[in-house]
Amino acid sequence: MSMISDSARSDIENWVDKYPAEEKQSAVMAALRIVQDENSGSLTTELMNEVATLLEMPEIAVYEVATFYSMYELKLVGRHKICVCTNISCMLNNSKAVVDKLEDKLGVKLGETTADGEFTLKEVECLGACVNAPVVQVGENYYEHLNPAINPDKIDQLLAELRGES
Amino acid sequence: MANQVCFRNNHLENSWSLSAYQSNGGYEVLKKILSEKLTPEELIEDIKLSNLRGRGGAGFPTGLKWSFMPRTVDGQKYIVCNSDEGEPGTCKDRDILRYNPHQLIEGMIIAGYCIDASVGYNYIRGEFWEPYARFEAALEEARAAGLLGDNILGSGFNFQLHSHLGAGAYVCGEETALLNSIEGKKGQPRFKPPFPAGFGLYGRPTTINNTESLASIPVILAKGGQWFLEQGLPSAGGEKLFSVSGHVNRPGNYEVPMGMPFSELLEMAGGVRDGHQLKAVIPGGSSTPVVPGEQMMDVNMDYDSIASAGSMLGAGSVIVMDETTCMPRVLTRLAYFYYEESCGQCTPCREGTGWLSRVTQRIEDGVGVAADIELLDSVAGNIEGTTICALGDAAAMPVRSFLKHYRDEFQYHIDHKKCMVESDW
Repeated sequence: MSMISDSARSDIENWVDKYPAEEKQSAVMAALRIVQDENSGSLTTELMNEVATLLEMPEIAVYEVATFYSMYELKLVGRHKICVCTNISCMLNNSKAVVDKLEDKLGVKLGETTADGEFTLKEVECLGACVNAPVVQVGENYYEHLNPAINPDKIDQLLAELRGES
Repeated sequence: MANQVCFRNNHLENSWSLSAYQSNGGYEVLKKILSEKLTPEELIEDIKLSNLRGRGGAGFPTGLKWSFMPRTVDGQKYIVCNSDEGEPGTCKDRDILRYNPHQLIEGMIIAGYCIDASVGYNYIRGEFWEPYARFEAALEEARAAGLLGDNILGSGFNFQLHSHLGAGAYVCGEETALLNSIEGKKGQPRFKPPFPAGFGLYGRPTTINNTESLASIPVILAKGGQWFLEQGLPSAGGEKLFSVSGHVNRPGNYEVPMGMPFSELLEMAGGVRDGHQLKAVIPGGSSTPVVPGEQMMDVNMDYDSIASAGSMLGAGSVIVMDETTCMPRVLTRLAYFYYEESCGQCTPCREGTGWLSRVTQRIEDGVGVAADIELLDSVAGNIEGTTICALGDAAAMPVRSFLKHYRDEFQYHIDHKKCMVESDW
């Protein structure tokens, strides 16, 4: 039985249509993102194999892509994945304090998931929003200017907003 | 003057909409080209005259790059936009996608016309969901208005344009890695030659340009290559976007003339954060060599002037550091970044970036040994020039330059097992 929903399939088909007919593999990155989103934020071997079948490509070629790019998760993650940039411009603007505060509030370290499965804290490389540092990304959104020394409430507001969503 | 090219519409309400773009002359150049059947040759000549140099970091003249395309050869050709903005310090293309997406679309259609490509892809980094959504909405508007797709404005010219979303890999900003990524593969760079103009996407002739380069095209052709050239310097035309980040009062993206003194740009960004002094500047993104602040105050923001200070303009990503900055700590973070992002294809980079990261980390942690400084220099030297793509050099250059200018701080860390400077971050 397929683990990929009809709506995800049609979404993937839309991506396939962007590329030449004989180049279905070009849609693999989009397909992995779509099925990952539908599976609470992570991929399984079964899902990757289904993507391979759908796009008529070898399973190993799907695994190669899934393990190469940092936004794919091969282990379970929390409902909200908080991606904290600690690269240079964020670092200069106190991303360490952002990490410390998030670790403190959530009771987990970078790379860990809260016991209730709500939050994963992940250190990421430059998010390309350096003039608004420090920055975190959660799902489709960026949250900017988070230095607690300048905006003491922003991280609390972010967590409250995310908790409200779940 | 400022904000005359890629940011020229940012003051408009809903600047990303088709109506806002058209209220300020948007798509008029495309209409003129198609209705008057201007030739690709004359358009490329005008772009050459403008001396627009590639805004992604390499600074290669855009008009010359377009002239390499085998336009008259039969078969599919492609234009690809590189919006995989990921060089630490760089965040200008994000704002073009968010605030002026139609100008990029018009630039890509014109590029397609000039190089005889009927299909284009815009590779947007996966984290940029909001910019992607803006760009997609703009594509829909352009298609609905007959400005994009088959038989554009009844001219008989066809051009299809699509987004491709990345999924987190700095190396995909390298043009051939980017092509592999669009093909649904690991983003590992290819050997060059063959160059993309001969063997690019799906093995077909392809031109790859940066977002800012392509978004500059409609303005260059509207106002003329000579006008654009005169905004900058003979060696590099135009205004350019500079992302000023780090220890400044007003970090931001500033579109100013090429060749503006660094001191003026720093002033636009509100100066060094209050109560602090300038220590060092990375002028072109994390890969470019660091320049001591004093020296930087005499430099202008153009290729030649920054080169004379031993660094590079890169993508115009200016990272400002004040006196609270521990240089070993900064280099440790950058070395870790390149280690994280090395694609693993070339041994000197795969292994060397690991060494650079581990050795800088142990110096930072106060467990470095006397030989570590020479070791860093030697590892960096063994990466330089030995890899398929520029990521290896990008990892080595910060190491070389930090050691050149701030060796005493590294030595202090090793001798005293702590930092020379007090930091509040």
